Amino acid sequence: MSTESRISRRAALVKLGVFLNGIVGIFLAVPIVRYLFSPVIRERKIGYESWLSLGGLEQFPAGQTRLATYKNPVINAWDGETGDIACWVRNVDDKNFQVFAINCAHLGCPVRWFAQSNLFMCPCHGGAYYQDGSRASGPPERGLFQYSYKIEGGKLLIKAGEMPTPGQPVANKAGGKTICA
Amino acid sequence: MRLIQKVGDWFDLRLQLGTPIRETAEHPVPRETASWFYVFGSAALTCFMLQIVTGILLALIYVPSAGEAWNSLQTLNHGVSLGWFIRALHGWGSNFMVAIVLIHMVQVFLFGAYKFPRELTWIVGVLLLLVTLGMAFTGQVLRFDQDAYWGLGIGASIASRAPVIGPWAVNLMLGGPIIAGATLSRFFALHVFVVPGLLIAFVGVHLLMVLKLGINEWPMPGRIVRRATYMQEYRELTHKQGIPFVPEAVWKDIFFSGFILVAIAVCAIHFGPFGPSGRPDPTIIQTAPRPDFFFLWLYALLSFLPPAAETPILLIGPAIGIIVLLALPFVAGEGEKSWKRRPIAVLTILLVAVGLGTLTNLAEHTPWSPVMDAWSSQPIPAKFLHGRTALERHGALVFQAKQCHNCHSLDDKGGQRGPALDSVALRLTEDQLIRQVIQGGGNMPAYGKNLSPSETTALVAFLETLHPANQKPARNASQAVALGTNEVSPR
Repeated sequence: MSTESRISRRAALVKLGVFLNGIVGIFLAVPIVRYLFSPVIRERKIGYESWLSLGGLEQFPAGQTRLATYKNPVINAWDGETGDIACWVRNVDDKNFQVFAINCAHLGCPVRWFAQSNLFMCPCHGGAYYQDGSRASGPPERGLFQYSYKIEGGKLLIKAGEMPTPGQPVANKAGGKTICA
Repeated sequence: MRLIQKVGDWFDLRLQLGTPIRETAEHPVPRETASWFYVFGSAALTCFMLQIVTGILLALIYVPSAGEAWNSLQTLNHGVSLGWFIRALHGWGSNFMVAIVLIHMVQVFLFGAYKFPRELTWIVGVLLLLVTLGMAFTGQVLRFDQDAYWGLGIGASIASRAPVIGPWAVNLMLGGPIIAGATLSRFFALHVFVVPGLLIAFVGVHLLMVLKLGINEWPMPGRIVRRATYMQEYRELTHKQGIPFVPEAVWKDIFFSGFILVAIAVCAIHFGPFGPSGRPDPTIIQTAPRPDFFFLWLYALLSFLPPAAETPILLIGPAIGIIVLLALPFVAGEGEKSWKRRPIAVLTILLVAVGLGTLTNLAEHTPWSPVMDAWSSQPIPAKFLHGRTALERHGALVFQAKQCHNCHSLDDKGGQRGPALDSVALRLTEDQLIRQVIQGGGNMPAYGKNLSPSETTALVAFLETLHPANQKPARNASQAVALGTNEVSPR
């Protein structure tokens, strides 16, 4: 056997080896990518949101806006207090409610309610909202995010489980212009 | 001594590193580069090594769990002997590292060091700046307190604005639907494994190229960089009049690095560690989150951008900035190196420095944020109340009770979101004041639904008194004519 053919045989074996490793690589890449994207792929399918109770209606007197907290439906044992989420509940007239996310529609800072001037104000960049959640002033492009709610057995339930952000299609649908105060 | 020599020889026979190390250390560099201007790169590397050491020390105690991280930081601060000092060194080391990387970049830019053949060195340097900032941001998250929690919320809100992939980007960044344990764990992995790995790799390539291509020579006005001749010219510069890097140039690097380490230690002892601030409990909403020093300019910028321009600027701005930096050596790869003949380069640096400095300074004062407790904690100065009628004083009460003070200052007390009202009566007539209060506008909420007519009357009566004693309030001259009277309304 000549030297040349032996070298080309070795070269072919190297190529075959690289090819086999490529296939193994793809086999490994699929689970790795799926693992990395699991917050998007797996949980998205099931959905993060579910109906949660904010407590009895007696906690939310008519015409007032009160802070409420709930435990996020999807939590792990080591999440600590980060699983506790706050929201603002506005009892419009005992029949109609509005439940606002705590997060400013600008960049997500916690908005505070001022009952005297009927405004929500954000401490970060100075966004302000009226009592119905619509934008009053400052950098936000839209009103406060709202959760859908229902009343069952004298309790106020909201559909929550995901941090509302400006880019979310769901949040965009629920929020924005609503009944005027 | 002979024993040490023998042991050394024994190792060198096997490792064979002695000669290459000596050659590297003694490689010739242009005479003028043994300068105090050429010490920032090595100082940045020194900071990075300090960060590695202190980071490993912190990891001995720190618990990367959303439920425990804050407690473990408290233990580091108070429960472990000198834990506070290691935290302070790591925190101050990070600030110094970002600062020195920026100074190094400015020096390299002004000295034209990015020009042929050091384009790739510059590009890797830009990547090093990005990963350094990445370390700063992820490190701020690991200090898992209120600022970190809401800072993540801001990051998620920015990510969510990306078209189409926004919501998925948020879930990917947070590791789930909310900021929680998974979020901290992935930022821990980024801060401790991924980004440092990149940093080490980039530093390696960066240094290798500095050695292979040689340090940038001192720029002389008129000495033009040309692709055809540069390599030859540089070789002559180093081999004919060059000096060995060790020891002729390196002593300045060593001195400056030592000085920086001392400065970090002094800051750490004097100012102590950063935070942690309040517990990362999202139900505690009495908080005003602020980013760390090097992101303050961004914090300020975000409050000034017009709402409609914000999303495109947030998403496209950084990309444009990075592309400009990466493209720089290809656009200006040849020509004059000296800053004395590059006025636009100098002006660019000045403009960026003044811009970032101004924004950072503004972010220290946050004039755009309402002072949330001004209405209850900062009384109206007495001089605005002396000798006023009952109605006007009632108006002052409305001013406080309706939180006007949160956004408007009187005698420099109160918020600065809206204009100061010390002399508002000079600017607006009574009718204009009523309209502004009721309808808002110009970035002010409308108070029409929140004020009764009597409250509005009282408030405007008070606002009408806000003018210097020797100047009359603004009045609508045509009103008097239309009403057929010469007298303006008594107020």
